[in-house]
Amino acid sequence: MSTSLSTFAGYGLGLRREHYRDFLDTRVRVDFVEVISENFMVEGGQPRDILRRIRERHPVVLHGVSMSIGSADGLKTEYLRTLKSLADEIEPLFVSDHLSWSRIDRFNSHDLLPVPYTEEALDIVCANIHRAQDVLGRAMLFENPSSYIAFGDAAMTEWEFLDAMSKRTGCGLLLDVNNIFVSATNHGFDAHAYLHGIPADRVRQIHLAGHSEGSELLIDTHDSPVCDEVWALYAKAIALTGPVATMIERDGNIPPLKDLLDELAIARSIGDIDAWARKAVAA
Amino acid sequence: MKLADMQRDFRSWLVTASDDAASRLSGGSSAGLNVYQNNYRVQLISCLEASYPHVRTWLGEEAFLAAAIAHIDSHPPHAWTLDAYSGDFDGTLTSLYPDNPDVRELARIELALAQAFVAVDGDALTPDALAQTDWDAARLRLAPSLKILTATTNAADTWSAFQRNEALPESQMLAETAGVIVWRQQFTVFLEAVDALEYAAMLLIQKDGNFAGLCDMLVERLGEQEGIAKAGALLVNWISKEWLAETAA
Repeated sequence: MSTSLSTFAGYGLGLRREHYRDFLDTRVRVDFVEVISENFMVEGGQPRDILRRIRERHPVVLHGVSMSIGSADGLKTEYLRTLKSLADEIEPLFVSDHLSWSRIDRFNSHDLLPVPYTEEALDIVCANIHRAQDVLGRAMLFENPSSYIAFGDAAMTEWEFLDAMSKRTGCGLLLDVNNIFVSATNHGFDAHAYLHGIPADRVRQIHLAGHSEGSELLIDTHDSPVCDEVWALYAKAIALTGPVATMIERDGNIPPLKDLLDELAIARSIGDIDAWARKAVAA
Repeated sequence: MKLADMQRDFRSWLVTASDDAASRLSGGSSAGLNVYQNNYRVQLISCLEASYPHVRTWLGEEAFLAAAIAHIDSHPPHAWTLDAYSGDFDGTLTSLYPDNPDVRELARIELALAQAFVAVDGDALTPDALAQTDWDAARLRLAPSLKILTATTNAADTWSAFQRNEALPESQMLAETAGVIVWRQQFTVFLEAVDALEYAAMLLIQKDGNFAGLCDMLVERLGEQEGIAKAGALLVNWISKEWLAETAA
């Protein structure tokens, strides 16, 4: 049993350790922050205290990296219970994770590994999502991954998989626009076809990030500013989804907070233009 | 290919770089698989580097990286939290440096400090709470963040010198096995070396919390007058440092 998805429109940042002091000591102009759930799935001490204090000032999204929704052998009960405990205390805007897998048997890679887009995988992913949402008592969001290999036995595209997954489980989508760009470049599919193929009405949040160029592939490193192509794709994405929670996600080469807020201002501007265009069309 | 089979092949690729598994996964195209293997290894090395900064400096970049690679090759991660991955690195260091107990003891200190930092919160025992205590039946409980480590070397001095950016002491074996206590007050973690007698006393309290039993041990070792006085002095010291959580009887 899962509750329905809430909606929220605004602009936020992924909260990283380097900026804790800024968020605790000053009024940072963001509409929400997103934290990595696992960093706060600890028994006590300063991390939980910091999160409680941040939560007093800002709505918080819990974004996980370890649920392993694509694992063939199911989800870890201990993980789900620990996440539920955190979510019940923090009362987040959303709880999210990735369409990926990390664990099989007793092995946990701690990486977001690709799911083959087969009917069997869809059944397993949906069963896992149902279980997670039942334990948490809420609908979750799942993020489209960046990927570096494609499986030969795929029965559907990634966007068709996401569409079927969200329809069958009631989950929402966290659309990472940079991941679309990275995977489209790596695998040679059309990013615009992707945007038109996902169920736009299920998108509740958007990630914007940078990537780097490997020798043969684009790598989703989150260590540089959002590139022009991804901004253009973002504009097309919100034209389809309407206003949704949008944030900058930076995990490496963390700049001063002001730089990220400047980058977020670009997202706001694109959102403002989209809103203006909608009004103009409606009039 | 069944999903479970694919995932076991992926595990084989990440852990052992199996060519057979790679062939089944991507039909011989390796660029993408190399990205995943690189991410896997970099993530685990970064975890160990972050968990053991002083061991890393002490061993040097090259030796630490070799130890990290040996650990990754022999200890594939299994817990959902990456924090757990650094937990048994001291075993790898012991096998690589069997004649250097100071290396593993420094590693255990760094691990204990990290664990204490996020240990469950709890109220410390206060002197006021002792007013009504029945000392014959008193059970003491250690603070939830407190760890008792065995010390056979001066690794605690080495850790402290690193923290204060001072010249490192020469490594030495202790005259007798003693202890290192790691604990957290509010949000700050601390470390203190204790002598063999206090180490034994802490282990006794950890075992059953029996204060009368602690007094018996100290009386047996120090004589009645000095033993009872020592028990009182230790109790005052432990309370002032917030090493005790509460009495249970």
